[in-house]
Amino acid sequence: MTNNTFEPTIIGFTCNWCSYRAADLAGTSRMKYAPNVRLIRMMCSGRLDPTFVLRALSGGADGVMITGCHPGECHYIEQNYKALRRFLLLRRVLTGLGIEPERVKLVWASAAEGARFASETTMFVEEIRKLGPLNWGKSSDQSTDNWSPITDNSPKEALA
Amino acid sequence: MTTKPKFTMYWAASCGGCEIAVLNTHEKILDVDANFDVVFWPVAMDAKYKDVEAMEDGSILLTLFNGGIRNDENEHIAKLLRQKSKILVSFGSCACEGCIPGLANLSPVDEIVHTAFNTITTDNPNEIYPQTTYDVSEGELHIPKLFPILRPLDQVVDVDYYMPGCPPESHQIAAVIDLVIKVVKGEAELPPKGATIGVGDSTVCDECPRARNVKLIKEFTRIQDIAPVDPTLCILEQGIPCNGPATRSGCNARCPQAGAQCIGCYGPAEGVMDYGARLMTAFASVIDANTPEEIDHILDGIPDPTGQVYRFNLAGSLLKANREAWKRIDKRTQGE
Repeated sequence: MTNNTFEPTIIGFTCNWCSYRAADLAGTSRMKYAPNVRLIRMMCSGRLDPTFVLRALSGGADGVMITGCHPGECHYIEQNYKALRRFLLLRRVLTGLGIEPERVKLVWASAAEGARFASETTMFVEEIRKLGPLNWGKSSDQSTDNWSPITDNSPKEALA
Repeated sequence: MTTKPKFTMYWAASCGGCEIAVLNTHEKILDVDANFDVVFWPVAMDAKYKDVEAMEDGSILLTLFNGGIRNDENEHIAKLLRQKSKILVSFGSCACEGCIPGLANLSPVDEIVHTAFNTITTDNPNEIYPQTTYDVSEGELHIPKLFPILRPLDQVVDVDYYMPGCPPESHQIAAVIDLVIKVVKGEAELPPKGATIGVGDSTVCDECPRARNVKLIKEFTRIQDIAPVDPTLCILEQGIPCNGPATRSGCNARCPQAGAQCIGCYGPAEGVMDYGARLMTAFASVIDANTPEEIDHILDGIPDPTGQVYRFNLAGSLLKANREAWKRIDKRTQGE
């Protein structure tokens, strides 16, 4: 695995009221952090449908970072708790699909925590770099031209 | 020589329940015979693949295709029937989204074969495994080769309509048969291509007569651990993971009405891209806890979360298979 040249692709979901502003603050404060994250702003972390995460992972992302307001500080009162519950359930389902649960991370960051946002992002990128590329099967793999039936090797040999 | 339009039905990786559901339409099956020339239906009549191969392209009006694509024989017939049929219906959960056979996508194919042929359920001391080719005095014999993962029909060929269900409810099948007969007679028009037919446009919860209140779940449990199940209260509210919130209506909430949780055989409701994701959202929303420890403790009540949320839909989901199964594909496509 040539991990030194591997640049992870991370999709980050930020909430409009806290974490997106934290990212903004990190930017306006000229804080340096890993450029691997593509941020998508949502109104609230409670908007995070697990579909978004699955789509990102199946579409080429190596990791997904979900960010929201600290517990108790949600602009919509308690939706970040829903994000937390979805996140915890999603990690279990991903484990069943053979994906390291560490590829999805949940970070709370308030609008004042630009430094925290930057350091958490950099840390996450390094964690994903260690895990290596996800390389999820692409839809193009499903074109039947790329599919060959199993060989006649007995399963015993294949398992060895 | 008959001038009736031609009808075929085929099973790929499936159990045969879809065929039984068609026969369960009772005397409606006579309408099929009266209005169609049944030219190929391996379960019900003797016919050979070469008979289908000899037909003109597009000469079959209606094909009901059930079962997923697990091996190269399934794929060959799927492509053949696509070529010969005007209307190809992805019939039943297996063809639409993989269904129970699709759960095998959680394991690499060699492990599946190993489990089937050499574990405690199969006494195989000499470790004899099926070979896909074998030389006998009459020549070389072939059996179909397994693909690394099971695919729903529409990942292999173009599909005109989807009819989900495990199996599709017989009254829905009867309604679809009626519609096609009307179309043949010029009395009705076909729905737009790609439509899901023989279904409702909402969720199972919408059809379910059980009483629903605010759901606050402190503990998930399994139905066998609750006795008795309250006959009038929402099953999810009783802490049993019920797949109704994500599942398409069309069955009249048959399982909840009988006292069992919905297991999701009618597939994703209209507009749902990933069935499991919708179900995760639904389950997460009803958990009555706000700390990670407490939430995790409640989630421990769902022993197999992946199987729970993707019971019928794994092969048709966004991720489609376990990573190990995908990896074997990579190896093969890269010629290693």
